[in-house]
Amino acid sequence: MGPTPLSWYLVLSAVLFVIGALGVLVRRNIIVIFMAIELMLNAVNLTFVAFARSLASTDGQVIVFFVMTVAAAEAAVGLAIILAMFRNRETVNADEITSLRW
Amino acid sequence: MVDVAIVAAKALVVVLIVLLTMGHGVFFERKVSAIIQDRIGANRASIFGVAALGIINTLVADPLKFLLKEDIVPANVDRLLHFLAPVLSVLPLLVTFAVVPFGDVLVVGGRSIDLQAAELDVGVLYVLAMVAMAVYGVVLAGWASNNRWSLLGAVRGSAQMISYEIAMGLALIAVVLTYETLDLQTIVRAQGALLWGWLPAWGVLYQPLAFVVFMTAGIAESKRIPFDLPESESELVSGYFTEYSGAKHLMFMMSDFVEVVLVAALVTTLFFGGWQVPYLLRDGFHFPGGSTVPLPSLAVTGLQVLAFVLKLHCFTLLQIVIRWTLPRFRYDQLMRLGWQGLLPLSLANVVASAFVIVFLQRPAA
Amino acid sequence: MNQLLFLVLAALTVLGALGVVLRTNPVHSALALVATLFLLSVLFVGLDAQLVAVLQIIVYAGAIVVLFLFVIMLLNLQTDVRVLGGGTLVAAALAGGLALAALLVAAVRGASPGPRGALPAGFGATVSLAHKLFTDYLLSFELTSILLLVAVVGAVALAQKKR
Repeated sequence: MGPTPLSWYLVLSAVLFVIGALGVLVRRNIIVIFMAIELMLNAVNLTFVAFARSLASTDGQVIVFFVMTVAAAEAAVGLAIILAMFRNRETVNADEITSLRW
Repeated sequence: MVDVAIVAAKALVVVLIVLLTMGHGVFFERKVSAIIQDRIGANRASIFGVAALGIINTLVADPLKFLLKEDIVPANVDRLLHFLAPVLSVLPLLVTFAVVPFGDVLVVGGRSIDLQAAELDVGVLYVLAMVAMAVYGVVLAGWASNNRWSLLGAVRGSAQMISYEIAMGLALIAVVLTYETLDLQTIVRAQGALLWGWLPAWGVLYQPLAFVVFMTAGIAESKRIPFDLPESESELVSGYFTEYSGAKHLMFMMSDFVEVVLVAALVTTLFFGGWQVPYLLRDGFHFPGGSTVPLPSLAVTGLQVLAFVLKLHCFTLLQIVIRWTLPRFRYDQLMRLGWQGLLPLSLANVVASAFVIVFLQRPAA
Repeated sequence: MNQLLFLVLAALTVLGALGVVLRTNPVHSALALVATLFLLSVLFVGLDAQLVAVLQIIVYAGAIVVLFLFVIMLLNLQTDVRVLGGGTLVAAALAGGLALAALLVAAVRGASPGPRGALPAGFGATVSLAHKLFTDYLLSFELTSILLLVAVVGAVALAQKKR
């Protein structure tokens, strides 16, 4: 079989993005919500790399580099926030963390 | 089709080198520890009265014993994680050998085969990636064992591994700065140059501090003494793999030795010339006095592979001697060494190397 | 990349993504995420992005998900009791998700592959990426390093126990 066309990569990326978005909306465990966000970021990475290859431009890969760095920083800070929140409320269920003061 | 067969053959050769070195590395360890501790060591096994054949006991009978033992899985464990942990512990380390070059080129049947199983442009980063994956085995083994002592060993072990990964990475960056490439085969080839006409330009002459940092970080990654608190045999039974028996226990022990061989292979490749024999070029020896000894290319390749295996054994021996000489680090000493000792040291090394390289290149710029 | 190989990898990636979202045990979700990231890395290699593929394993699979696992172990999270939100939420989310998927797929299906010339030599290798990073994107690079420093300080400050 021949080489895969660009649109196949983009369709896969769209499917991954939607699965991640569904995960964010539907799951209650905050850590799983976070993982679904990482999934969405990776779907975007796949789009960038596919376009970089198709337009023969390295810019797409440099942008992926930045997306990865920002995702790492966001994951670190987000998990620290979850840890701090857990210390106060003893739960990571999004339904139970509904008020700003405890 | 022939290309696929060649790659498969190279992969097979690498795996054989690793497993054989690991196999008699175990026997090596028992004998060397005996010499260090002024006793005789393993000498009871003998086949047909020939004591030297007793090594077959370690090579064949020991693993066979492990494989035939009952596989005990504790009651309330997560079976998927319990099963996956030994796999995730040993597989990334075995896979890393794909980028270690074990020879220059093999000229056979008109083809010139580069003796490196996977010719990656980003070999050094691939090594770092696979070493990072090995943390999962420890974490999952402790978590899946339903045993708080295993969990303690796993938390200690994974924290130790990710701390020393950083120092290891920075030491590698200094090496990459020196050779301006991430490809391991290119780095080994660059070490064939001669400094001042007679000194082989091995990596340790350019980056001695990186060698020390990398070796220390490598021993810490494999959780061997003096860094073996996660597995501390006198405190936590077996640490994070207490609840494993039979073949899975064998895989954890294997990951220990495979990592010893891996650290030895990487140190040889990056700092001690890999497969380079001093003064040996592709057509024979070229001594600095001017005399040459022409050799057929197969002999050259054989000598280079032999040199690689010998250097591998040297550094395996070094790690075994270190294991049986030093006492164990306390956990806070271990963390302090990693974060407040090796990390600033390797950072300073990178900065100093960068300065030296820029100043040495200035006349040409 | 070969079409058959792509289809196999894509199917496995989608399975991994579904595993992240649907498994009740958070540790299983994390492992499914590792599998998905690995498969994406393989796809990147097929797209001639070798450096990005290896960086993906080092950064995402080797550091970020390990961080997730540490937090899960620290908080001692067992299997979720209430996995999904209420019935109407799930139905609405599914409907919205399907609509979004249809929209995105319709948008990208007609994507033209662009100028198909030969790839420049060293495409996706470290040197070309580094060249772009330190010339065209230098400001972003410096800002990212400051961002990482802020993230490190912030995470340590947030996760500290109150004195």
